[in-house]
Amino acid sequence: MISRYDMHLIAAIGLLLLGTILVPIVAAAQTAKPSDWPMAAKDYANSRFSDAAQINAGNVKTLRLAFTFSTGVLRGHEAAPIVADGTMFIVTPYPNVVYALDLGREGAPAKWKFEPKPLAAAQGVACCDFVNRGAVYADGRIYFNTLDNQTIALDAKTGKELWRAQLGDIKRGETMTMAPLVVGNKVFVGNSGGEFGVRGWLTALDATNGKIAWRAFSTGPDSDVLIDGDFKPFYQQDRGKDLGVSTWPPEAWKIGGGTVWGFLSYDPQSNLIFYGTANPGPWNPSQRPGDNKWTSGVFARDADSGKARWFYQMTPHDLHDYDATNENVLIDVTIGGRKRQALVHPDRNGYVYLLDRMTGEVLSAQAFGYITSSKGVDIASGRLQTAPDKEPQVGKVVRDICPAAPGAKDWQPSAYSPRTRWLYIPHQNLCQEAFATQTSYISGTPYVGVDLKMTAGPGGNRGEFTAWDPEAGRKVWSIKEDLPVWSGALATAGDLVFYGTMDGWFKAVDAKTGSPLWQFKTGSGIVGQPISYTGPDGKQYVAVLSGIGGWAGGIVAGDLDPRDSSAGTGWANAIADLRQRTSKGGMLYVFALP
Amino acid sequence: MSSRCPSRPVRGGTSLARGLIAALVACVASIADPAYGDARQLRVCADPDNLPYSSREESGYENRIARLLAQELHADLQYAWLPLQRGFVRKTLGAGLCDVVLGVPHEFGALLTTQPYYRSAYMFVSRAASGVPTSFDAPAMRELRIGIPLIGDEGAASPPAHALSYLRISRNVSGYPLYGDTPQAERLIHALASGDLDVAIVWGPQAVYYARKQDVALAMSEAVAPRGLEGVPFEFSISMGVRKDNPGLRNELDAIITRRHADIDAILASFGIPQVGRIDQPENAQ
Repeated sequence: MISRYDMHLIAAIGLLLLGTILVPIVAAAQTAKPSDWPMAAKDYANSRFSDAAQINAGNVKTLRLAFTFSTGVLRGHEAAPIVADGTMFIVTPYPNVVYALDLGREGAPAKWKFEPKPLAAAQGVACCDFVNRGAVYADGRIYFNTLDNQTIALDAKTGKELWRAQLGDIKRGETMTMAPLVVGNKVFVGNSGGEFGVRGWLTALDATNGKIAWRAFSTGPDSDVLIDGDFKPFYQQDRGKDLGVSTWPPEAWKIGGGTVWGFLSYDPQSNLIFYGTANPGPWNPSQRPGDNKWTSGVFARDADSGKARWFYQMTPHDLHDYDATNENVLIDVTIGGRKRQALVHPDRNGYVYLLDRMTGEVLSAQAFGYITSSKGVDIASGRLQTAPDKEPQVGKVVRDICPAAPGAKDWQPSAYSPRTRWLYIPHQNLCQEAFATQTSYISGTPYVGVDLKMTAGPGGNRGEFTAWDPEAGRKVWSIKEDLPVWSGALATAGDLVFYGTMDGWFKAVDAKTGSPLWQFKTGSGIVGQPISYTGPDGKQYVAVLSGIGGWAGGIVAGDLDPRDSSAGTGWANAIADLRQRTSKGGMLYVFALP
Repeated sequence: MSSRCPSRPVRGGTSLARGLIAALVACVASIADPAYGDARQLRVCADPDNLPYSSREESGYENRIARLLAQELHADLQYAWLPLQRGFVRKTLGAGLCDVVLGVPHEFGALLTTQPYYRSAYMFVSRAASGVPTSFDAPAMRELRIGIPLIGDEGAASPPAHALSYLRISRNVSGYPLYGDTPQAERLIHALASGDLDVAIVWGPQAVYYARKQDVALAMSEAVAPRGLEGVPFEFSISMGVRKDNPGLRNELDAIITRRHADIDAILASFGIPQVGRIDQPENAQ
């Protein structure tokens, strides 16, 4: 519904023009052209849809390399290249170097390079490789996060630093990996590190100086979560005072997780911002009885005040590391003959949720992956029906937990085409067993670990790329991939869909049928977010960062020992062959028609 | 053979230690020269700031035991310093920075481990005036304010966390995250001494080290697995670890542990390390 969305945007800007001082900034923030790619998810709706149609099913087989650029970094490259103002901006994994490439000159030479020099110690804290999911362009500026918890604003023309804000502390296990979002005069950022007892938050910064405008925690009393009389959750279990305290043992909310490291979306018409919270931590589940609010769910908040409007919890009292941080794609649908302003959210727990984005009501929740850890979602109560036999227990082997800890789908963002009206979901097909305890130690303290071992789910394929009809709540087609699909997806008006594989293939398939149309082997595994833009020369380009890593690719990027089946929290066993199939190295690849 | 690196004293003041670090740097430089390649080196990886185990000033008991090992091997002792965090083994022994790490659980699968050189246990620690619990099954454990260390890796938990969750004791339990402004065990013991907790359940060597720093008298007793959870260990045998392809060094270290057992014990005793089986009295820290 991109066209309708654009109209809403225009309407919203028009309203603002009538009377607030935010007007010039809001208007200027939209200087990015429709042919640009100013934020990781392309637009506020998180569509990852390019309306460029030069490259299509008929000619994509002639797509060829236009230029490349080496980032000089060997860790997992999960970022989306950002394109605006005739320039491409890339932020690397730690040490979070930012490059600006001049798209107006042949070969796109670097215009400037910015090195934020984050603390090296941040590497010892980050849970899952040293990734960064991208920068954002707005109003002539670039904003990005560093692993050591800084948000930095740069002048997009010169790379000159405008401000930096220190927002968290690596000494407490906190890091930042997400891509910021800019709305009006606010930059929205969130933290990572729930596995270490970090308390999650979303923070709004003043775009002009980096000062904190507000911070909304994911746990604790209502005053910390920015919940007041405007909070109208749809379901009974989310109503009540200070549930962020009372759904935990005393004090446990202070270290309860619910970090905010996924993508944010924004609806200009309602002025609501949407995001998911991560799993509760860092206890084993029986030590935190209760629903553990407001973890593993989706918040809608007013973008100006930060006040919560509604919350829906995908996985109350999470047992299996099912964050709800996955993207919320804003679409308008017709359900039962009634038009609904919705958001679609493919969750780690294996269901695609279609929610009314005004109220948080579940319109449908259908499985897109293989699930044994729950029996479905009760639409009347909104509650996930968990399977008690899959609850982890001390000293007991629990087999066949599906999906595994990374979920049926992890961070890797889906794309939505308003032409097919389908969501394109990159995901994995993994189950796990939690077996025999093993002895380990950290900082001199011995402890007992649960050994997680992941294996391929039914069918033996570890990855899948699925086209999903959100209105019908069903799969349309899917492509089985041997390895987990850990890259983002891109949909284009040429009715093509692009994604990458962990062994380095960049692929284009027919958006309507899933037929493979083109592929190119890049130098390293792809875990990045493909994008498309129209260059200053009027040609359509498709770009992606190659560079294996991330939680799934850590076995290569972090040199983990594949003989240790629990290394990388079980990943090493699941994809022990990855080291033979790719090697590390960050490189940008940009493609165009001849 | 030309020069040998200076050996390090058992204890040193800060300035002395700094001088020695300078000497050590020079020493490393000379060893890097192939001309001096015949001087045997014992390369140890250790945390520069993790007492009572190790410190850059070499004031921890692992530093002292490492010196003893170097003497026995007629080797120059060299350190590579790295915080004992996630990926420690991979970044140290795995990256070839050193040949041995001390203080490794005997059952730790990532390394080849020596015979244990001590065995300790998790301890219940309380203010001496209020008495120390002796069992997880004691009814008071449902009422007392209990503090435990949290580990943080997905699914991983400290033994007391397993025990309390098995017994469904949660509302009176506070978890202390691994990361913080001061070491986890220090935060736990400090909370106990200042009255925020009634019981802290802490790994023995750290419990004693931090208990001795408090103004309040603390008492401790060994924590034993509750009935029904006997499979979860509260005692751990501690070894030295080498790379899996280095059984020769492991065998040499094994022999030293046997030969110098009494001296190693004396070092541990000087730090008050509670060895399992010898703690028959609640210890009063002064």
